[in-house]
Amino acid sequence: MNDLPKIALWAVAALATLTLPVLADGEAPGADKKELTVDEIVHKANLAAYYQGADGRSNVKMTIKDAGGSTREREFTVLRKTVKEGGDQKFFVHFHQPSDVRRMTYLVWKHVGDQDDDRWLYMPALDLVKRIAAGDKRTSFVGSHFLYEDISGRDVNDDTHTLAETTDKHYVLKNVPKDPKAVEFASYTVWIDRTTFLPMKAEYLNDQGKVYRVVEALEVKTIDGFPTVVRSVARDALGGGETVSEFSDIRYNIDLKDDVFEERSLRRPPREARK
Amino acid sequence: MTPAIARRTVTAALGWLVSAALLCACAQAADDAASTPADDAPSQGAPTADAAGTPPPPDRHQPDQPQPGTSWKEWKERLQDEHDLYAGGFIDIRSGLRTQRDSTQRRMSLAETRLELDVEKEFAGGAILRLRPDFVFDPVTSRGADRFDLEDGHGWLDLREANVALSPTRWMDLKLGRQILTWGTGDLVFLNDLFPKDWNSFLLGRNVEYLKAPSDAVKTSLYSDLANLDVVFTPRFDADRYIDGDRVSFWNAQYGRRTGRHHYVHVDRPDNWFSDSETAWRLSRTIKGYEAALYGYYGFWKSPAGYESFGGKATFPPLSAYGWSVRGPLGKGIANVEMSYYDSRDDRDGDDPLVRNSEFRGLAGYTFELARDLSLGFQYYLEHMTDYGDYRAGLLRGMATAEQNRHVLSTRVTRLAMNQNLTLSLVAFYSPSDDDTYLRPTLSYKITDNWLVEAGANFFVGSRDYTFYGQFEDNSNVYAAMRYSF
Repeated sequence: MNDLPKIALWAVAALATLTLPVLADGEAPGADKKELTVDEIVHKANLAAYYQGADGRSNVKMTIKDAGGSTREREFTVLRKTVKEGGDQKFFVHFHQPSDVRRMTYLVWKHVGDQDDDRWLYMPALDLVKRIAAGDKRTSFVGSHFLYEDISGRDVNDDTHTLAETTDKHYVLKNVPKDPKAVEFASYTVWIDRTTFLPMKAEYLNDQGKVYRVVEALEVKTIDGFPTVVRSVARDALGGGETVSEFSDIRYNIDLKDDVFEERSLRRPPREARK
Repeated sequence: MTPAIARRTVTAALGWLVSAALLCACAQAADDAASTPADDAPSQGAPTADAAGTPPPPDRHQPDQPQPGTSWKEWKERLQDEHDLYAGGFIDIRSGLRTQRDSTQRRMSLAETRLELDVEKEFAGGAILRLRPDFVFDPVTSRGADRFDLEDGHGWLDLREANVALSPTRWMDLKLGRQILTWGTGDLVFLNDLFPKDWNSFLLGRNVEYLKAPSDAVKTSLYSDLANLDVVFTPRFDADRYIDGDRVSFWNAQYGRRTGRHHYVHVDRPDNWFSDSETAWRLSRTIKGYEAALYGYYGFWKSPAGYESFGGKATFPPLSAYGWSVRGPLGKGIANVEMSYYDSRDDRDGDDPLVRNSEFRGLAGYTFELARDLSLGFQYYLEHMTDYGDYRAGLLRGMATAEQNRHVLSTRVTRLAMNQNLTLSLVAFYSPSDDDTYLRPTLSYKITDNWLVEAGANFFVGSRDYTFYGQFEDNSNVYAAMRYSF
């Protein structure tokens, strides 16, 4: 039972993972159109990063390397369904590895706005469905260098965004938190692909202006018509250590029913969530 | 120290030394594996296990060479991919010591090695067969090590699960056979959950999952947009693995003192198929993130709650229970409220001193995250005895008297550290009415994905010998464990 919080954390990470995959609806680069405003870029990037397809599934393998070089692995399947584009979503996570967390499942109803997410965790050895309290979204999940927020999505209204630069390939956005006390970074810079609107890299700066964290998309593939990040990394730029996430068996628009995201699935994962 | 105790102590100590050596070797091997390139790490150097589930001694001389043959991990993946068959498990080595003398018990509270196998096969129609036996080597118990009892878990085999899960229709799930069952909202406190518990495991420091004893039952779950209904039918009564004196000494009302392994409880357990059955149901619905449920139970008190008028055996009198619960977000945390009425059917007037009275039970709890990786929970729990006057009038001279209201406050603090591989937690129960306390600190550290070490304690303090936690005072213990999962 003491494992609950950390499991919950990774699960959160898991969600995030499926949200990284994104789409491009075949729109041409903004070049030939009128200049996009910063808010439009942020909005499109948010949709591209977190709301592709009405639903989807992915297998995820995380390899966590600590500063000393030792390695841990996590494997799980994530199901995602969007309730409202740009708004609420539901996630279901089914763990496969390591064996001590096998058959654990995790359900999240993500709420955008003031309402906290609803989260449930199922511990198979006890047949226990546990409710998890809303937590700090800047928490890392066990051993992983991904944070809940940089994957499941940081509220676009929490930062002030400015367009620092437009390169051939990227919009480069500088983001400063409106409430600096609520977060550990002073600012972060994001490189957004001008074609797909996928965030390709984010660098987090501390109070000394030093980059201490980097999150980066390593490989993008088009799956079911959606450009999707299939490999990404989160790095501790100062202390060392990194986590690589690899996504496989990704499918979009698989017609997941609402009742997949209910307590029943915690005890008996749906077919789509099996490996 | 008698020769028998000395022998057992030496055996346990040797077991620990061997285990510690094995642990160090494997941890070193894991470190070696981690120092190889990440792409190759999974199949190299890391401790592997053969098909029988025994981790082989790691080969430290060739940490960078591919191992000949197929690793256990690859085997597992092949079984899964080609046969829809999962096989895994763990080895758990665990020792505990009483922190004070208990004249009725051995000094060692635990000294066991447990091999759990976990096998799951999925069939074409979607049916899932699951087997999870534990093989236990345990020199502490007084019962014969060459036998086993699947009901009370004594002996070398403890079958945790053996069941088939089916989904015959879109709106129905079935689970038949031996299974672990839980419902309700309490944290280590159970009101409407009248599935069997293993209190010995809980108080002695086995992993918390062992608090739940298996049921031999049929669970039917029906789903609809309106509500979900679960019905659990247990054709023959499954009692708790109650405190019987074998491992944990307790207040024995028959003797008027604490007794232990030389006086363990003799019981008359309802054990007829079908006529001594249990039925439990839950009707539940989640509305906007708030989970509401109604519960019912028809069966027996799960631990002894009465005595035969002749013969003096402890009994499990008939019990029905009805209750409800609500759980959902409140502020930054999760709040839960649960109530239950225990109808002691053989003593509805409360005037039979040999049968426990009916009770109201209530629980209110709140958990929240205080800071990053630090969570806090609080609970208030009440047991209220009905017909208290009749209970008092029926007491024999000199018998210990229970309070009408037993209040219990509990708190849980959980702290994660070191990349969340280290978990520190403290659960504390305090009863102002009984004036007793139960402290449950635990520490667990994941050395690798396979190796876990754990240490903890169970401390009981009370001002009287017969109160709920106070009776266990002489059982206060510390324990340590290592677990290798494969």
